[in-house]
Amino acid sequence: MNFKKTILSALATLFLVSPVLAELVFPSLSYRTGAYGPNGIPFADGYEDYFTLMNERDGGIGGEKVRVVKCETAYNTEKGVECYESTKGEGALLYQPLSTGITYQLIPKASADNIPVLSSGYGRTSAKNGKIFKWIFNFPGTYWDAASIATKHAMDMSDGSLDGKKIALVYHNSGYGKEPIRTLEVLSKKHNFELMLLPVDHPGQEQKSQWLQIRRERPDYIFMWGWGVMNSVAIQEAANIRFPMENFIGVWWSGSENDVTPAGDAAHGYKSLAMHAPGDDFPVYDDMRKYVIDKGLGAGDGSNVGTVLYSRGMYAAILAVEGAKSAQKIHGVSKITPSMMRDGLEALEITEEKLASIGLPGFAPTFKASCENHGGTGSAAIQQWDAKKGTWSFITDYMTSDQSVIQPLIDADSSQFASENNITERCN
Amino acid sequence: MLYREVGEFKTSYAQDSQTFPIKFDKYRYYFVVLVGLLFVPFVINDYWANAVFLPFLIYAIASLGLNILTGYCGQVSLGTGGFMAVGAYASYKLMTAFPDLNILIIVLLSGVITAFVGTLFGLPSLRIKGFYLAVATLAAQFFLIWLFNKVGWFYNYSATGMITSPDRSFGNFLITGPNATPASKYLFCFFFVFLLAWIARNLTRGKIGRSWMAIRDMDIAAEIIGVNPLIAKLSAFAISSFYVGIAGALFFSVYLGAVEVTEAFSIQKSFIVLFMVIIGGLGSIFGSFAGAAFMVLLPVALKNLLVLQFGWPVDIAAHFEFIIIGGLIIFFLIVEPHGLAQLWNLLKQKLRIWPFPY
Repeated sequence: MNFKKTILSALATLFLVSPVLAELVFPSLSYRTGAYGPNGIPFADGYEDYFTLMNERDGGIGGEKVRVVKCETAYNTEKGVECYESTKGEGALLYQPLSTGITYQLIPKASADNIPVLSSGYGRTSAKNGKIFKWIFNFPGTYWDAASIATKHAMDMSDGSLDGKKIALVYHNSGYGKEPIRTLEVLSKKHNFELMLLPVDHPGQEQKSQWLQIRRERPDYIFMWGWGVMNSVAIQEAANIRFPMENFIGVWWSGSENDVTPAGDAAHGYKSLAMHAPGDDFPVYDDMRKYVIDKGLGAGDGSNVGTVLYSRGMYAAILAVEGAKSAQKIHGVSKITPSMMRDGLEALEITEEKLASIGLPGFAPTFKASCENHGGTGSAAIQQWDAKKGTWSFITDYMTSDQSVIQPLIDADSSQFASENNITERCN
Repeated sequence: MLYREVGEFKTSYAQDSQTFPIKFDKYRYYFVVLVGLLFVPFVINDYWANAVFLPFLIYAIASLGLNILTGYCGQVSLGTGGFMAVGAYASYKLMTAFPDLNILIIVLLSGVITAFVGTLFGLPSLRIKGFYLAVATLAAQFFLIWLFNKVGWFYNYSATGMITSPDRSFGNFLITGPNATPASKYLFCFFFVFLLAWIARNLTRGKIGRSWMAIRDMDIAAEIIGVNPLIAKLSAFAISSFYVGIAGALFFSVYLGAVEVTEAFSIQKSFIVLFMVIIGGLGSIFGSFAGAAFMVLLPVALKNLLVLQFGWPVDIAAHFEFIIIGGLIIFFLIVEPHGLAQLWNLLKQKLRIWPFPY
């Protein structure tokens, strides 16, 4: 046991962190290593670069400099807990872990510590119900919205009816991948289609048996809830069995450049949901290059600027910055606390004018958060990959999900959480 | 000088068989327990509890359990992750089915349930040995994970298959859930570690432990001298699984609070615990602790050293962590194939004759 003691005393000397509290602290729980690193890197680059842009161009948010505290989670919940505990003492205003597993970990912990969590487009869907999840936000859309919109698009492609059709869901066998199942089950009853569930285990390189089953059962559409290497393997496998790519629709986490490029031309026509516009044809990227990348201040090597996941990370940071701005406006102070940040997020409104002033006109759907609604309007568009040009482009407008299906599910799931944890409803 | 046996005469069998024959060791042991019991709970904060002490203590229980099976009884097991999952899901089902049941009883019952499951999967050990048994336990690992994924009853049909531990308290102190204080969580785990390590130490030097070691050293010879392999092997599986089950229950309910079976209890977990046992030292109680410390505390210490002290980028630090820990594992296995415990024993022998070696 001497060994333990030496390690601990060595550790004790390492923890002498002096918290500097004169800034706005945004932890970046990123993953640049491990099986999901290829997707985690562009997101983390975008997230961290946007805060750098705020500091360099605007001198911070409302005059307060931003400090990003980085911590590597490797998409692992145990490391995520370590990261959360080590960063929360530094005055963290908001957590965005980019992992459904870590989000589930943080929901009770952050709620007890009074720190908001924003899981844009991932995490626990029923956290949309702000009456029960006071500290958790998941705008602009949830997995259940995504499932509904994907079904809607499939219905549009089959001339308005899915009667007797067969839809396969290829999903990451984890909390993340299982999220849409419940919604799809209800939708399959409503629209009378058959649902096939095909789980793929972490990390997703081994999918032969799933695609064999697809070849045998011949579903009309395939939806995919994948992440990391699973995406590109699935697209390659779909190409191998000559599945029509326009009938293969991924969630917004299965629609980035590094998912489709490994399959080459075979990926042409693959579709995915999108919660924001692809490409770098927006004024903000000029600023980003001028103030951050060209000065050598970028978090990464700059090669990811303008990719889908980079924009996604930047969008997450934009929501955080706008939330902080609205918090500063509500409370009239520039140095905000985590609970003020929460108020700011709850009052956040993204309008066309606001997006244009950020330098992203028409980049994302507009929404307004409220006490009851922490999940936005739940709209997304469908984007399609053009392998020849190497670009994603929108083929539909933003569509809204079928709230008549989703709202009862959200109410049921959140009230179950409330009764398990003795939470009384707010906002009444 | 300080560390010696000279002048310590044994006049009874009890003295002869004591765990710490050297005074210095004995006092050091008392010191560690007293510090752990009376000092740490008063200074511990969230970070130290959730990132350092809880994982260390819980992995120590798991590696004690595996050490009983692999180190003492010689049965290689790759099912540790699966058995931890049994403990975790048993505690979840018990917590949600019997809200008034004390958390202490829940954790113990989870251990008992895991012991039963472990014995079941230990049955093939009566017919197969070595690598073949490792493959059989590997099957247990995959089967159990598949089961907890497939059957909704185990996770109360939650939408994502995740299980979340509700608030449970021991007396007036919350043990599980986000509002539990770090000190109460720490003390709860410390109690289990102390108790289980004490039991393990006493089991391994009694009749049952000797029969395990006889089976490990040569099963045919053991049978000839009258050791019943059925009882020895199955008891090793049962007791080992009991420990691993308790570790799984604590891992889920006290440490993480929410787990997802494929991520938390994958084959990776089985390997990590096996590495702890091998690096710490097969067939050694101290080795279980040393191995757990090596695999749990070293990455955290390295991360803090590289990122906070040296200011390295987090991704480069994370890569270097792999390199350093991998290098250290190879180094230790080359220098001392019998693990850190043996290294410690050699050091003790040297200390005994210091400063006047022959």
